[in-house]
Amino acid sequence: MSDVQETAAPTTRRIPAPSQNLESKPFWDAAKEGKFLIKRCNACGEPHWYPRTMCPFCHSTDTAWMESKGEGVIYTFSVMRRNTPVPYAISYVTLDEGPAVLTNIIDADFDTLKIGDRVKLKWSSTGEGNPPVFTFAPA
Amino acid sequence: MSIKGKAYVVGAWEHPLRDIPHLSTAQVHAECAAGAVADAGLSFDDIDAYFCAGDAPGFGALSMADYMGLKLKHTDSTETGGSSYIVHAGHAAEAIAAGKCKVALITLAGRPNGSRTGLGDAATHGERFRMGPPGGSGGGINEQPEAGFENIWGGSTHNTYGMCAMRHMYEYGTTSEQLAWIKVAASHHAQWNEHAMLRDVVTVEDVVNSPMIADPLHRMDCCVVSDGGGAVILAAPEVAKSLKRPLVKVIGHGEAPKGPGGGRNLDLTFSGAAWSGPPAWAEAGITPADIKYASIYDSFTITVLMQLEDLGFCKKGEGGKFVADGNLISGVGKLPFNTDGGGLCNNHPTNRGGITKIIEAVRQLRGEAHPKVQVPSCDLAIAHGTGGSLGTRHGAGTLIMERE
Repeated sequence: MSDVQETAAPTTRRIPAPSQNLESKPFWDAAKEGKFLIKRCNACGEPHWYPRTMCPFCHSTDTAWMESKGEGVIYTFSVMRRNTPVPYAISYVTLDEGPAVLTNIIDADFDTLKIGDRVKLKWSSTGEGNPPVFTFAPA
Repeated sequence: MSIKGKAYVVGAWEHPLRDIPHLSTAQVHAECAAGAVADAGLSFDDIDAYFCAGDAPGFGALSMADYMGLKLKHTDSTETGGSSYIVHAGHAAEAIAAGKCKVALITLAGRPNGSRTGLGDAATHGERFRMGPPGGSGGGINEQPEAGFENIWGGSTHNTYGMCAMRHMYEYGTTSEQLAWIKVAASHHAQWNEHAMLRDVVTVEDVVNSPMIADPLHRMDCCVVSDGGGAVILAAPEVAKSLKRPLVKVIGHGEAPKGPGGGRNLDLTFSGAAWSGPPAWAEAGITPADIKYASIYDSFTITVLMQLEDLGFCKKGEGGKFVADGNLISGVGKLPFNTDGGGLCNNHPTNRGGITKIIEAVRQLRGEAHPKVQVPSCDLAIAHGTGGSLGTRHGAGTLIMERE
C-alpha cells in the first residue's frame, strides 16, 4: 500500500502487476495485445482455468491456447468494505466457454450487483510497461 | 490398516495468553510443548516424533526439534494452514499404528500481534508479517502456478469466505441471521472462559448490526486475531495406559484438499469436509448422530455452517436452520460446539485454529471443560478443521475421538 502514489482519493482499487513464469508468459504477452486466452485440452476437449500445460481433467499435456470471448455471468462475489482505501468486488465469473475465473468486477454499482448478472471483459491497466489484467464489467 | 484404537491423545495444553510481546515464537512453541508434556505426565525424553506446520520458525520440523533437544524417529511438517494440526494428529496415529514411533508431539504457536515489540531497529529489517488484504504480487517471477492469475485481485480471507457465504445464500436461502446464531453460540461459551478475548454474550441483532467487512460477512462473523498456541501429544496404547490421565482414543481420521479444480463446475457451497468426513466416520464406525461434542473450525461463521453440512450433521443447504435458535449452545441445543468460545471469541493463534479444536475436544472427553459448558457423559467427539481459503484452496482435516 505504501508503494501507491496517490494525489487524490482513488475511486477504483489500483491492481498490481501480475507475476509471471515461463508457463504463464504467453498469456500475459497476449494480454498486452488485447487477447484474453484460456487453455483447452486437445485430448479431452475441455477448457480450463487458470491456464496450465497439464489438463486438470484428463492429465494430458496436449493443451492449446484459445481466445475467450470474455463474456460470462457472475457465479459469486464479495465487496471488500474495510481496510481498503476504496471498496472493491472480488468475484468468480463463469465464462460462456465454461471455466470460472477469479477476477474483480469494475465500473459497477456494488449495492445492486447480483449473482447471475452478465458481465464482459474490460482490461485494467497495471501501469506503464506491465500487462493489463482481466477485470470484468456489467455487460 | 486402520488407526482405530491404535493411538491415544495423552497430553493437551493451550497457551493462556492472547498477546505475547515478551517472548520469541520458538519460546512459545516450547512453552506449549512443556505444557502438554506435563499434562500427560511424560518427560521430553519420551517424545520420539514431532509434528509442526508453517508457524514453527525455521526449517520444517528440524529447527524446533533441535531447539527443544528432541531425539526423534519421525518428523512431519505437513502444511494445510489452520487445519494442519488435525491432519498431524491423524498422521501421528498412522505412524504410531505402523510402529514408527510411540510418543508424538504436535505444536502450534505464533505472534501476529506481538512479533515486533521490543526489537527496536531489528524490527525494521527482514521479514515482516503482513496483515489485511494482500497487496498482490507486484510483478516479478513467481513459480506458484496460480499466483499471477489470482494474487492481483485483493483476495483476503474475509472476501474469499464472503464469496462462499454469498453463493450459499443464493443457492439455499441461508440468511445473515442464521449465520449470526453461530457467533451467538460461541459467545455464550466464551463468557465462561477466563482467557477468551471476547467474553460478552452477543445477540443475533448485535452480529447483523456490526459493520460489514466483506459482503455478506459482518465484523462479528469473523474470528479474532491473536497470539498464542497449543500442543497435543499422541501415544501408543501401552504408553497411554501407563499414564494417569483419562483415556482419549483416536478412532477415525480423514483429510482432503479442495481447490477450484480447473474452473469446471465450480462449487463454493461445499468444503473439503465432504471428502474428509466420510472416511473418518467409516473408520470410527459411528455416525454424526452419535457425536456428543463438536469442535468445528470457526474462522468465520460460514466456515462452521458449511462444515456441519459437509460432515453430515444436517442435509446440504439446511445448515442455516440447523444452527439457529441456539442449537450449538451447550446445555441448550443438540450439538454443543466450540465450548471454549472458539476462534470467534476465544483465540485464533497466529491465524491457525486447528490445535485448539483438538484441545477443547480432549477437555470435553476428559470431563475437564468448564462446568458451565461441560457436556454430560461426553464419550464421542469430533475435531474438524479447514486451512487455507475456503474460496480458493483449502485442506480439510477430521479427527474423531472416544473416551475409553
